[in-house]
Amino acid sequence: MEFWVTQLFNGVSYGALLFLLAGGLSLIFGMMRIVNMTHGSHYLLGAYLALTFLTRTGSYVLALLGGALAIAVLGVIEWDRFLQGLRGQELAQVLTTMGLALIFQDLALVTWGGDPYNLKIPAVLSGKYHLGTFFFPVYRVFIIVVALGVAVVLWLVVERTRVGAMMRATVDDAEMARGVGINVSGISLGVFALGAALAAVAGVVAGGFLGIYPGADFEILSYAFVVVIVGGLGSLRGALIGSLLVGLLDNFGKALFPELSYFTLFAPMAAILAVRPTGLFGRA
Amino acid sequence: MLEVEDIHTYYGESYVLQGISLRIDPGQVIGIVGRNGMGKTTLIRSIVGFTPPRRGHVRFKERDVTGWASNRVVALGLGLVPQGRRVFRSLSVRENLLVALRPGGRWTADGVMEIFPRLRERAESRAGNLSGGEQQMLAIARALVTNPDLLLMDEPTEGLAPLLVREVGHVIERLKADGLSILLVEQNLPLALRLADHLHVLSRGRIVHSGPPDSLAHDSEVRSRYLGL
Ligand SMILES: Nc1ncnc2c1ncn2[C@@H]1O[C@H](COP(=O)(O)OP(=O)(O)OP(=O)(O)O)[C@@H](O)[C@H]1O
Ligand SMILES: [Mg+2]
Repeated sequence: MEFWVTQLFNGVSYGALLFLLAGGLSLIFGMMRIVNMTHGSHYLLGAYLALTFLTRTGSYVLALLGGALAIAVLGVIEWDRFLQGLRGQELAQVLTTMGLALIFQDLALVTWGGDPYNLKIPAVLSGKYHLGTFFFPVYRVFIIVVALGVAVVLWLVVERTRVGAMMRATVDDAEMARGVGINVSGISLGVFALGAALAAVAGVVAGGFLGIYPGADFEILSYAFVVVIVGGLGSLRGALIGSLLVGLLDNFGKALFPELSYFTLFAPMAAILAVRPTGLFGRA
Repeated sequence: MLEVEDIHTYYGESYVLQGISLRIDPGQVIGIVGRNGMGKTTLIRSIVGFTPPRRGHVRFKERDVTGWASNRVVALGLGLVPQGRRVFRSLSVRENLLVALRPGGRWTADGVMEIFPRLRERAESRAGNLSGGEQQMLAIARALVTNPDLLLMDEPTEGLAPLLVREVGHVIERLKADGLSILLVEQNLPLALRLADHLHVLSRGRIVHSGPPDSLAHDSEVRSRYLGL
């Protein structure tokens, strides 16, 4: 019993982290159809930058915001310098962003070295909640709360605001969106920057329990794409369900069949895509 | 209002518009007629910037807008009712109007729902679930809420039942009476003759005949050669 509750909780909190990571990619790739291989770089660089800000200022909040903001600016530059002219050219997007991701990887290695770090979490977020015989680390509860908050805000923006409607109009018919005066480039830039910032937030949050280390960028990149594709391109709800699914499968797989954990994670994903090629909630 | 000056437009290697010039003065309704595949839609696409001409110029309100991003041309006061309606299918009717709305002119979302009461009834429906006629109303309403000074309409009556064709005709008449300038592409010749102040006949990417409606109504040679009537 205790094993199941603990693993369930761990799976859900890991899924929450994955949603922070994949929510941004769901907007960038799922909705605006920009294949962004630097999403993992944004995650890792965000975490490293926050580490530096934390050592300089001692404030976790400043580190989190600083990391997210810096990566948003990086996203703006990437989009403006490299991606703007590659609209609709998926192969060119893959190659360009892959090249950038490799450069970012090297820059990170030069700047922060090869040692793993842990982002020290503030005292209020350490400790455990006791509930009967169960223990729930405060930090993991915090991750779930942040992810839920982000999910609600993103959903409200996309479904309930004018800018969100413009995003959906662009997804429906980008040319016609321009034809009614929507600044499609501006929207796509904004979405890219927001998605990048969210990846950075995920990196900072993950830095407190998965650690920050070279290679984490590409490691989580595949998870992010799996979540978005399995959830269904363009669907935030899909990204949320997909994140939980991957979080739970990964967690239970590693706990029950450690030597088969990639199989227990990716086999169900392949099965889902075989049955529903557009993913769980894909708009086709 | 609009001057199209010797434009040449291509799709890749295929040379479609082979030197088109025309002008529209404020308050004028200019009709474009011609058989299928003669370049009418390409002319519209060239003006709004979807497929910019390779040579020649498009001047709108004294600005050379050739090569501008379409949203900038629209922001300057060009409205588009595209062929095939192209409403945003996953958005509600209200949202279709909301995303196009450019406040500060004659038209508001409420205002267009006055002239298209059906749209008010279906305001919360997904545009993709509307009937063809309703989608056409929405496409016109969506262009109007951008508060254009010039409206480009590409076959607004295509595929509509006779009753709806008449309704769309009345709406265009009303917009004309309001003083709106309109470029009207229409395969329905009687309608085009009735609404336009001046007509151009397009054939294989060139203007082969221009004149007031009378000239075309009485020129059976042009009608049979270029319109197949
Ligand atoms: N996207 C495209 N790519 C390549 N060729 C195209 C494209 N769109 C149109 N064409 C070609 O350009 C020519 C003109 O097409 P256009 O759509 O402008 O004709 P149209 O007069 O609007 O016809 P219709 O009355 O059927 O709407 C046609 O030969 C068509 O096949
Ligand atoms: Mg056409």
